[in-house]
Amino acid sequence: MIYLLLATVLAAALWIRKRPHLVLPWQRVAKGSVGMVSLLLLSLFVLVGLLDTLHYRAALPEKSNGQTVYSAEVLSVFDVLAKGIKSRTEKTYSAPLAAYLYAKESMETSDGKILRDYPRLRYGGAHLVDPQREFLGDVLKRTGIGALEGLLIGVLLIAISNMLFHFFIKFRTVWSSTGREISKDNWISTFTRAMKNKPFKALLITTLLIAMLLGITANLAAVYHVLGTDKVGQDVLYLALKSIRTGLVIGTVTTLVMLPFALLLGIAAGYLRGWVDDVIQYIYTVLSSIPSVLLIAAAVLMMQVYIEMHPEWFETSAARADLRLLFLCLILGVTSWTGLCRLLRGETLKLRELEYIQAAQAFGVSSSRILTRHIVPNVMHIVLIAVVMDFSSLVLAEAVLSYVGVGVDPSTMSFGTLINSARLEMGREPMVWWTLAAAFGFMLVLVLAANLFADAVRDAFDPRLNRT
Amino acid sequence: MIAYLIRRILYAIPILIGVNLLTFSLFFVVNTADDMARMQLGMKRVTPEAIEKWKQQHGYDKPLLFNAHAEGVSKISDTIFFQKSARMFAFDFGSSNDGRNVAREIQTRMMPSLAIALPTFLIGLLIYITFALLMTLFRATALDMLGVSLCVLLMSISGLFYIIGGQFVASKLWHWVPISGYAGGLDSIKFVLLPVLIGVMGSVGASSRWYRTIFLEEIGKDYVRTARAKGLSELRVLFRHVLKNAMIPILTGVVVVIPLLFMGSLLTESFFGIPGLGSYTIDAINAQDFGVVRAMVFLGSMLYIAGLVLTDISYTIVDPRVRLQ
Repeated sequence: MIYLLLATVLAAALWIRKRPHLVLPWQRVAKGSVGMVSLLLLSLFVLVGLLDTLHYRAALPEKSNGQTVYSAEVLSVFDVLAKGIKSRTEKTYSAPLAAYLYAKESMETSDGKILRDYPRLRYGGAHLVDPQREFLGDVLKRTGIGALEGLLIGVLLIAISNMLFHFFIKFRTVWSSTGREISKDNWISTFTRAMKNKPFKALLITTLLIAMLLGITANLAAVYHVLGTDKVGQDVLYLALKSIRTGLVIGTVTTLVMLPFALLLGIAAGYLRGWVDDVIQYIYTVLSSIPSVLLIAAAVLMMQVYIEMHPEWFETSAARADLRLLFLCLILGVTSWTGLCRLLRGETLKLRELEYIQAAQAFGVSSSRILTRHIVPNVMHIVLIAVVMDFSSLVLAEAVLSYVGVGVDPSTMSFGTLINSARLEMGREPMVWWTLAAAFGFMLVLVLAANLFADAVRDAFDPRLNRT
Repeated sequence: MIAYLIRRILYAIPILIGVNLLTFSLFFVVNTADDMARMQLGMKRVTPEAIEKWKQQHGYDKPLLFNAHAEGVSKISDTIFFQKSARMFAFDFGSSNDGRNVAREIQTRMMPSLAIALPTFLIGLLIYITFALLMTLFRATALDMLGVSLCVLLMSISGLFYIIGGQFVASKLWHWVPISGYAGGLDSIKFVLLPVLIGVMGSVGASSRWYRTIFLEEIGKDYVRTARAKGLSELRVLFRHVLKNAMIPILTGVVVVIPLLFMGSLLTESFFGIPGLGSYTIDAINAQDFGVVRAMVFLGSMLYIAGLVLTDISYTIVDPRVRLQ
């Protein structure tokens, strides 16, 4: 299903490329530095989410009867890539970059005495002989190396993409102007020309910064727990990265569920009017008059009972958690289409009175053709703006719903469950702040990027903002 | 005007019936009463007798819509639909799973909810509009840019962060106010202060930005140019003309929520342990008390519809051109 989605996005991109009036607003998006930088960040998140989505069940060593048996644990490509930080679990909490455990334990020293002290971590900083002395130097060294490595990879990446871009341009000029002279740019001049472009510069700097950050993190994560560990000793960085997928799934699947409702009903109400309009208006007034949290809560409660009643449906608990996530998206979608539907209805009402639609009607074009050829393309900008604007609020809503107890399954890793479990740890002495901070930090970056991108898209597509 | 109001209220009835039918089908058709009883009594090893007893106690042992065994009117009235759903129109919400009367519970819990929600609403409105007006005054300058960026940043932070962070800083670190709890009378101030502050903080980003767009839209209109041409100062233009004319779009979004203030806020109340309707709802959700959730859904939509009517009335107050017929 994810592949289908990706293919659709690609196909849409190709389709748009051929139509200059549709390319124009996207070019406007591409001209803004903020929009491009946020897009880069978003695509990083999407990459992590995608890697996490490609999953499989590892085959266990063959049993005697020759059948292949699959393990119950579902692994994703991301799990394999992050195998190091996934498998290195400690006993309980430990602070970010710590070499000692959070809690004191009784230990037997070599001469047989019992000592109460903070034990060393099993993995975090295990390579150090005397952490107290070597710790700072080691961290600094690794940070430096990581930054350098990241910088190097970043530069390499940029160079490669620049080369590709350069050849692409050259190829296109050869392709399109068979008689004309081929541009004499070499790839360095392509680069310097691109540097004059402001968003490109911003993009470049961000790429380098992110590469550096990733380099540092990767280097430190190899021997430390960069964001500490949680109650059962799992690495918080791993948990936070895994949560990204849940957020993305909720954002996109909900939108996918919501769109057909809003599009079909909104346009039908606006175009057909009469009793159809009345019925549709009645439906969405009823739905929107129930406070959304309560409606979602009620629906999720009922779903929970339903799932509990049919335990035989699910092979693994992961399948159940997945189904619950899917149901949650469905419920969110069914309860959230009313706003967009109302907008589309209003817009269609306005459009159908315009001259070109009336001309089409006078020519005897059928209703379905008018709808698909003339009305749908002209409300698409509203749909797009609404979709990107909704995305960030859905990610935020997930956290709140999980807190209320009607969100994703507690076993699903998500920002909501992460925050929920970390909430009470603030009261501990000394305080366990890192889980909470990591969840909020990742969420902030994701939502901020989504918000900024949504703004860029809205500015580019909103016809009310006149520009020449 | 009065005729209009009556018509509006009559128009609300089919919507409420729709809400009622929807919740009814959500709660009783998707899952049977048997399922619910089993859920309440614990999943495993529940005897059919225990289920029957639970159903009888809570009045779920009747047919859904039509009772063929009864006589006369009670053919319809002696059903789950009539007993549990239709009665809500008369504010009879039945009783919760632990046997308390939901309607009375709602009455007593309304005040604490209001004590938090009303100040949050009023102070928030004042701050958001002031902030938005300031940004409009300094529009297209670095100050405006800074304000907008701040708004986007603030609205990207999860509401949970404000609550958890605020509780931590104000109560645990500085010991200003108690972390949670509630008391009646004057004592309540120290309990109310922090939730109100956090509630205001929580939506400062989104709201200010929204008001700013409204003001900016208004400021491009002809009458503003006329006012400037008359030689009015920018401040005067903003406060006397723009603010008044922006009232209609502002009221559209604001008045609807006033009745919903009674419902309180789910998050704030449960975090601060305030015995209001919001925490009541959360407790009901966690305890899977369907009767209470159903009542809250109905109450919420009733208040929302009241809000819509109020919005229409408020239009006539701020804009004499609007006539309700």
